[in-house]
Amino acid sequence: MLLRTWLIFWKEFIQIKRDPRLIGVVIGLPLVTLILYGYAFNLDVKHLPLAVYDQDRSPTSRNLINAFSRNEYFDVVDYPLSYQAITHDIDSGKALVGLVIPVNFAKDLAVGRTAQVLIILDGSDSTTATSALNYANSIVVQYSAGITLAALQRQGVIAGRAVPVDNRARFWYNPELKSSYFLVPGLIALILSSLSSLLTSVTVARERERGTIELLDVSPVMPVELIIGKLVPYVLIALGDVVLIMIAAVLLFHVPLRGDPLLVILSALVFLLCVLGLGIFISVNAKTQQLAQTIASLTTQLPSVFLSGFVFPISSMPLVVQWFTAIVPATHFIAILRTIFLKGGGFSLIWAQFLILLVMGLAIITFSARRFKKKL
Amino acid sequence: MTSNVDKMAVIVRDLVKQFDSFMAVNHISFSVPKGEIFGFLGPNGAGKSTTIRMLCGILLPTSGSGTVAGYDILTQPEQIKAHIGYMSQKFSLYEDLTVEENIDFYAGIYGVPPGQLEERKNWTLEMAGLSGRRGSLTSELSTGLKQRLAFGTALIHQPDVLFLDEPTAGVDPISRREFWELIYDTTARGVTVFVTTHFMEDAEHCDRLGMIYGGKLIALGSPAELKAAFHAGILLEICAQPMMRALEVLEGVPEARDVTIFGQMLHVLIEREMDAERICRALEEAQVSCRYSVISPSLEDVFIGLIEEADRQTAEGQG
Repeated sequence: MLLRTWLIFWKEFIQIKRDPRLIGVVIGLPLVTLILYGYAFNLDVKHLPLAVYDQDRSPTSRNLINAFSRNEYFDVVDYPLSYQAITHDIDSGKALVGLVIPVNFAKDLAVGRTAQVLIILDGSDSTTATSALNYANSIVVQYSAGITLAALQRQGVIAGRAVPVDNRARFWYNPELKSSYFLVPGLIALILSSLSSLLTSVTVARERERGTIELLDVSPVMPVELIIGKLVPYVLIALGDVVLIMIAAVLLFHVPLRGDPLLVILSALVFLLCVLGLGIFISVNAKTQQLAQTIASLTTQLPSVFLSGFVFPISSMPLVVQWFTAIVPATHFIAILRTIFLKGGGFSLIWAQFLILLVMGLAIITFSARRFKKKL
Repeated sequence: MTSNVDKMAVIVRDLVKQFDSFMAVNHISFSVPKGEIFGFLGPNGAGKSTTIRMLCGILLPTSGSGTVAGYDILTQPEQIKAHIGYMSQKFSLYEDLTVEENIDFYAGIYGVPPGQLEERKNWTLEMAGLSGRRGSLTSELSTGLKQRLAFGTALIHQPDVLFLDEPTAGVDPISRREFWELIYDTTARGVTVFVTTHFMEDAEHCDRLGMIYGGKLIALGSPAELKAAFHAGILLEICAQPMMRALEVLEGVPEARDVTIFGQMLHVLIEREMDAERICRALEEAQVSCRYSVISPSLEDVFIGLIEEADRQTAEGQG
């Protein structure tokens, strides 16, 4: 029993070693994914190009412009001198946000009237536009609060206390709201699911395509021996990749790993049970390597990206879709990863998801092994 | 009965395999004595591979019984797998493993004791003519050498029965002859060889043949017995030009009981020697040139004749 499992493992390892494409996938896929998502895929809305049409040209209006350009959210790229010019800036994409300060801005404020400013947003990118509007709103609100306060103090209405209720927000775990903190831990789940479903789905289909499965069929090899022997090499490879990604996360993307790295590896192991089991299941049922790969990407990779909370928050999905996310193993694994990486949480915080993954994994593997037996 | 089991490598009784409404194997019975080369013939889809799969312990029969190497095909498939060797038409060793790695792998899978491994490996390499090429990748070998390696690997654990599924497909004639030498050597050591083929040339090499068609065993016996039993008549080989016209003419001649095209020739079955003259006259009257000779039937004649006979019976049974 053990000997035959070992032999399958040994044989599979030699085959992997001799297949340059496979080695490329094993090392190249995680690196490329990491670089793509880590560098190019940036959710942070910063340095938005801003065009300012200042009709007032007063010290007061310049104060407001300074309030915009002082922080890292807006970069003033142009000072157009007409309404057409600012329209052109937005149309051409030179600026994503336009700020128009009307002629009587300073005068209105001086006499205590409400002054108006116009903010133009390029709504074709709705995500960025929404963030930009939020930033602009808070800048303007802060600016007017300052003016009100100054006026009240001048009139001697209040002396010490500034604003009655001061709302102070604290972002825990990721105070700067860096999207890399949010994305990179999730990448471990994403890379593992694409990698392992791809590899395992290919492995049995390859034996079938080349006819080598026929000899195994008539040999005393048991399905269990075959499945374990075939899975273990890929588990080891995947765990190696986990270590690689953890190192890259910390060194390249400066994502804090506040929890125990061993706990990451242990959780990766139960997650692998799920995705590898699914891979074997696909492998047993698909006739060719190509079909196996296609099914693997449809059933494993896509849900891992879209339904796992990797980028899109589960809480804003329709209810039915939310139920669906619960059966995607990556959902639970990503939750575990963020807890360990960012919150520094131990097993007491992740045991529920850990258990779900373990049960799912064992169920899929058992089911696949049964199915495998029937197919042979 | 016990002594029968001792002498027989394969016994099959009333074996049936039904897939839904399709009867793939229909009540077949035969036995193969130890040390025999048994040829299993039949066109594709006749039930050949279904039968082999049941004998190899990877498919359970719907009904019937049988033993292979003394183990029951219904209850002891795992023991059967350990005591048989198998080689298929499609080369199914690992192309990306070396010769030696393939041998090591299968030796381990079949539980060859480590103490015997080196000896068995050398034997296999020598037999396959690959002694100097242990480290070669299997994909680099010629088709003939691959086939010999697969054959040797199938014998690595010294099985009692060796199943060869279309072993000579895609092999050149010289390699085929050498391959049969290997098979003879193997049976000389007491191994029973069960070979499926549709090459009549291969069939001539077998001690006994079973012919399967439409799921039924339609003939069983040595090549000589089959040829003798088939012919209640005389077989003529006719060189007739033009051939199509000749076929039309012969349809109207009652003495020509059975006409088959054999390459450039026609094979015509007649009852009495004197019918040959009459057939030739009929052809010449229709402006068809005719030269004929009496020949002894080949296995192919027997095979085609048996199939036509089976088809006629099925048609009558339905009509």
